[in-house]
Amino acid sequence: MHDFGIPEMFFLLQGLKWTVLLTAISFVGGGIIGLAIALARVSRVAIIRRAAATYIALFQGTPLLMQLFVIYYGLALMQFSIDAWLAVSIAYTAHASAFLGDIWRGTIQSLPAGQTEASNALAIGYVSRMRDVILPQALKISLPATIGFAVQLTKGTSLAAIVGFVELARAGQIVSNLLLQPLLVYGIVGVIYFFVCWPMSIFGSAMEKKMSLGR
Amino acid sequence: MLDFSVVVNRWQDLVYGVGSTLALSCAGIVLALCIGLLGAALQRSSRLIFLVPVRIFVEVIRNTPFLVQIFFLFFALPFIGVRMDPTMTAVIALAINGGAYSIEIIRGGVESIPRGQIEAGAALGLSQFQILGDIVMVPALRAIYPALTSQFILLTLTSSVCSSISANELTHYAQRIESETFRSFEVYFTITGLYLVISWLMMTTLSMLGRRLFSYPNQ
Repeated sequence: MHDFGIPEMFFLLQGLKWTVLLTAISFVGGGIIGLAIALARVSRVAIIRRAAATYIALFQGTPLLMQLFVIYYGLALMQFSIDAWLAVSIAYTAHASAFLGDIWRGTIQSLPAGQTEASNALAIGYVSRMRDVILPQALKISLPATIGFAVQLTKGTSLAAIVGFVELARAGQIVSNLLLQPLLVYGIVGVIYFFVCWPMSIFGSAMEKKMSLGR
Repeated sequence: MLDFSVVVNRWQDLVYGVGSTLALSCAGIVLALCIGLLGAALQRSSRLIFLVPVRIFVEVIRNTPFLVQIFFLFFALPFIGVRMDPTMTAVIALAINGGAYSIEIIRGGVESIPRGQIEAGAALGLSQFQILGDIVMVPALRAIYPALTSQFILLTLTSSVCSSISANELTHYAQRIESETFRSFEVYFTITGLYLVISWLMMTTLSMLGRRLFSYPNQ
């Protein structure tokens, strides 16, 4: 049995690479779909609004681990021969889209109704109203919450370890089983996660403080 | 293709699983609330000996994944002589995780109480204890009750991760049914529905409780 050394650290950092990549993919993908969800959630058509609300409620009312399992095994059941990588990315993208959609729904609705009324009075169409008037303001207000969710998502990708995807947490599990030094290995894994998430948290709360002063 | 009968046949296991998840979460929530109140009270102190450890605790827990926390508690602590069974570890992990978030939420509520209100209490000759209870805590808890509620529902949903150390809860039962029937999708689809019911029930119960506890006029 040997000690924790350079090769083990390298293996963990390899895992970190997949953690970051998985987070980035699902954040970007979830952001694009989430924007559509947010817009659907504030749509004028009741049925679209309700569909978006149901989508959000389903993801907010169930454990992330179950979302992962259902999408992972559901895709397998539909005879899609896709690899674990893609399945996990799809699951996290769907998860992120619901949460980002709800965050942005909240900030869109927090804008004064006068903005929409003024746009209508100026005969600004839907696309331009959203693109030029509502969304720039709404997304700016939502930044602290959006960054907060990015932290949650980074931590959440650790659950991919349970379906066998080798990211940081799973890499830690493998190294720990190999060296029989869980105290050290999980400690290091925790420290790595901390130094990825903490700067984001600080940035988010600093931004929140700055914004609350501006009001 | 889909065959839910294998899941339906095991309904007793599912009922038992739902019960254990509720028990596990309730224990976690009560302890988390205790940690939250204690931590928030310590944070009001101006002494660094109290302030710094609470800050470090909150930041470390909030910036590391629950899975790593529970692995650390379950696999690492036995090496320094602390050995607990999986379900006990799960309760403690949930309490620690939920506690860190509760400290932040309660702190926010306490800070929202204007200083003048506390000074007015002191001017009226109320004791420190009365000020903390009636003037700070009750209005603060009223203000943060919704945030605390969703945090505790999140804790209940997070408890599914405790299956990774085979603690006694719903997802663990699901994994057992899955390993005997190989009906992964059907099992997890059903379980997901059960979690949805659990979180809806909790939301309804907690908001009803909130209306009873915090509606004006109190007492």
